[in-house]
Amino acid sequence: MHESDTSARSTTERSHSDGGEVVAVGPAGLDRRRFVGYVLGGATLVTAADLTLGRAPARGAVPSLPQIPEIYDLEDLQTDAALPTSQLITVTIREDGTAAFELPRMEVGQGIVTSTAMILAEELDLPMRKVEVTLAPARPELIFNQLTGGSNTTVSTFTPIRVAAAVARQQLLEAAAARLGTDADRLSTISGTVVDAAGNAIPYGELASDAASQVVKQVGVTLRPREEYRVIGTGRKRTDARAAVTGQKDFATDLDVKGAKPTMVCRPPTHRGRPVRLRNRKQILKMKGVTHVAQVPTGIAVRAKTFGQCIDAIRKMDVEWDLGDLAGENDESILEGLRAAELPMAVPDVPILAEQVDLGFEFMFRSSAALEPFAAIADVREDRAEIWAGLKVPILAQQNIAQILGMSQDQVKVNVVTGGGSFGHKLFSDHAIEAAQISQAMGKPVKLMWHRADEPRQGRMHPMCTSRVRATMLAGQVLSFEQRHTSVVTDFSHGLGEIITSTIDEAPTEVGRYLGGLGFSETIFTLTQELPYNLGAVTQLLNETDQRFSTGSMRNIYSPDVCVAAELTMDELARRMGKDPLELRLELCRNDRVRAAIEAVAERGNWGRKMPKGMAQGIAVHKEYKGCTAVLVEIDCRPRTVDRKVRNAVTGPRVTKAVIAVDAGLVINPIGLEAQMQGGFMDGLALTLTSSCHLEDGRFLEASWDNYFYTRQWNVPPEMEVIVMDPDVDQPGGAGEAAVGSSAAAVACAYARATGEVPTRFPINHDTISFRPKSFIPPVPKSPTNGLKFTY
Amino acid sequence: MPKQTFVLNGERVTVKVADSERVLWVLRDLLGVTGPKYGCGINVCKACTSHINGKAFNPCSVKVGDLQPDDEITTIEGLADTADGDLHPMQEAWIDRDVPQCGYCQPGQIMAAVALVRKVQREGGTITESDLDGIRNICRCGTYTRIREAVRQGARRM
Ligand code: FES
Ligand code: FES
Repeated sequence: MHESDTSARSTTERSHSDGGEVVAVGPAGLDRRRFVGYVLGGATLVTAADLTLGRAPARGAVPSLPQIPEIYDLEDLQTDAALPTSQLITVTIREDGTAAFELPRMEVGQGIVTSTAMILAEELDLPMRKVEVTLAPARPELIFNQLTGGSNTTVSTFTPIRVAAAVARQQLLEAAAARLGTDADRLSTISGTVVDAAGNAIPYGELASDAASQVVKQVGVTLRPREEYRVIGTGRKRTDARAAVTGQKDFATDLDVKGAKPTMVCRPPTHRGRPVRLRNRKQILKMKGVTHVAQVPTGIAVRAKTFGQCIDAIRKMDVEWDLGDLAGENDESILEGLRAAELPMAVPDVPILAEQVDLGFEFMFRSSAALEPFAAIADVREDRAEIWAGLKVPILAQQNIAQILGMSQDQVKVNVVTGGGSFGHKLFSDHAIEAAQISQAMGKPVKLMWHRADEPRQGRMHPMCTSRVRATMLAGQVLSFEQRHTSVVTDFSHGLGEIITSTIDEAPTEVGRYLGGLGFSETIFTLTQELPYNLGAVTQLLNETDQRFSTGSMRNIYSPDVCVAAELTMDELARRMGKDPLELRLELCRNDRVRAAIEAVAERGNWGRKMPKGMAQGIAVHKEYKGCTAVLVEIDCRPRTVDRKVRNAVTGPRVTKAVIAVDAGLVINPIGLEAQMQGGFMDGLALTLTSSCHLEDGRFLEASWDNYFYTRQWNVPPEMEVIVMDPDVDQPGGAGEAAVGSSAAAVACAYARATGEVPTRFPINHDTISFRPKSFIPPVPKSPTNGLKFTY
Repeated sequence: MPKQTFVLNGERVTVKVADSERVLWVLRDLLGVTGPKYGCGINVCKACTSHINGKAFNPCSVKVGDLQPDDEITTIEGLADTADGDLHPMQEAWIDRDVPQCGYCQPGQIMAAVALVRKVQREGGTITESDLDGIRNICRCGTYTRIREAVRQGARRM
């Protein structure tokens, strides 16, 4: 893992100067590595490329019975989304020899800042430490190019970033050539310096202003071929690791914005209830440290000198609430609605001659909250507003905030702050909008933070859903596989929806015709679900019902639940056919990359080894994001393991070993990819075994991490291995969410085999409530004072 | 308003604030020391883990009035100064194993790990699987596996 290679890279084939001649343009040209970029006018060298570069050309012929994602998936759609607009991302070479790039995406822990720096370092031939990647503030002109989601970042930015960097390197070579009185193609670069054969060496910094242009010019470049990669594909540690481990990495609430005092909101007991009025306003305003109180649509906001004082004030508030549309509802009543909305199967349930597997699964509400609760700083004045927040779709936040504040978009400045995790949570701008409303109402800058208790109760939920699967077999053959997924409505108002409407026309004709008739959710579903098996006639359909919840995706949208249902059905089919689960999967697998991943985990995980009673292996695969993941686990469901005690915790079955194989296409940073796989696994594990929210009388019972059982160290598999596959392709795939579905499914399959019972409700512990719900009025718990009793 | 005095990262500090204010807010909101993070406020998530006189504690659940003038509070910002070298061995192990993802939980994780290793060493043992299972700090990004590796690695140099 060394910074940079010291051998020179030659320029042959790389310096096509513009000189009026137009070089073959982009992907439509014969050479897939030749593109057009720009040099922008300015005092130092600034180069640019269109963010829409890199769209894959024709996607090949349509096979007879493909599922849509095989030809065109969500990644393509997000990548294509920007085609009609011309939008530039820029690379600046500064006079100190460093390169600066503003990433129009949000870092929430997925490592895209590091992988972007790697891509730039590669193409610029500059050491990683000289590449500075920051997060771009809201840029309205980028429209929907500024959306971080669907694990799409690397897929869509890979080519444009390389083009801008290649243009920069080429301009530096030209500037050096002019200075040395030679031709650019006689020069080469070594780690941030242009050198010639005579031993002359000029650092990039010295060339930056020479290389700058007075005017905008168009330049053709050829990108570095894969064989020459020296940075891409090597393991690089996170560029911000040191800041993170020394406490220097700042999140929204760590920022010191003048006058932005701690602010919290007293929220209703019911999910999406509304405040009517605060009855004891005077009393609250007199409390220690409290400066302002204001009613906003989501509750009663209070601003004070410390968050501790905000909590005290909230606990004293006497509020009249409108309980909203969900009062009286509970898990069962919502489930009933879902069951009623399930779409019918095409194959009748009593087929002649054939044998049938008919399974139904239920997936409970889950909270997508990150460890950093929703937080945002807002400073709203008469004529302008400035916001600081972790946001994945900052442009939409800017639009929404401007509208709510009654301002024009250019009066609102939105700064993107690195987020403490997102998992889909920060696709929405709930926190930024709320902070802006409060700041406007109080006439003061505010630092808004949600209490932890607010998150599972009022925050974004992964919707409750059911998945029915019916498969028919005849003479050892699977003839049909139908899946009907029915979900509480998933909110796509973060922009993905708009992307779809504006992009449908761009999709290949057959796909476009098909998608044109579908709504947002159905479209997303259709674009993401794909079974990698030959199962005869396959249909996977989605129906959504019930708009009353605050929902969103959660490190994936439908895939984990769909995958759990489908893979458990695969195991059931195998059982009925008297086949081994691995054997059946390999037999029916219709994709070589998937097959390779399954084989890799089976071999490394020693599939089929003898295990004691109460323990079992499980294997599952998920294909999405231009790649796939396969997971093998071993689970221990023996009573002495299941019943082990940890204070205030859920223990239950223990996964003792996990082996994950990931095919993510061209891998930029294998270390980062491994981290994503491990993290995705922890999510999948929690989805199947431990984490859910319970709805009772319109209220979610969970209020903190001692109620909402996300994976903890005592649940983590002591043995965990990630295998990174090398599929020999030129395009990177997505990684952020890829492992969740296959992990959740592998654990479910292993659990079913260990216990002899196929679980039908997830997580499996949902029906046991193992905690006493915290109070709803007041809505936040008191902080304990006995902390010194627990020192160690 | 009462004056509260204690030692923070090697320096004596005095703040005017009510006895009942929790130490976390004194650190973050009044003293601007933001390494300890808020994740629950009720001693569950452990994101705020810091040290008092060398032992792990959770400032969200301690009243500032309960601190004595000589109590030494160490937050992640002051950890490196408690060891030789540029960083504490545990921080180095964290970087070496590339543990952090979003990073939000990591100050608390590292402070907890250091205290755990010290405790195990005081008791004359070495870190076991069940010690690792007992770490309560939440990481919502799921960096648990690398945390386990890093704790062991850091312990070897402590
Ligand atoms: S904030 Fe202190 S333990 Fe969670
Ligand atoms: S690194 Fe994100 S919560 Fe632990």
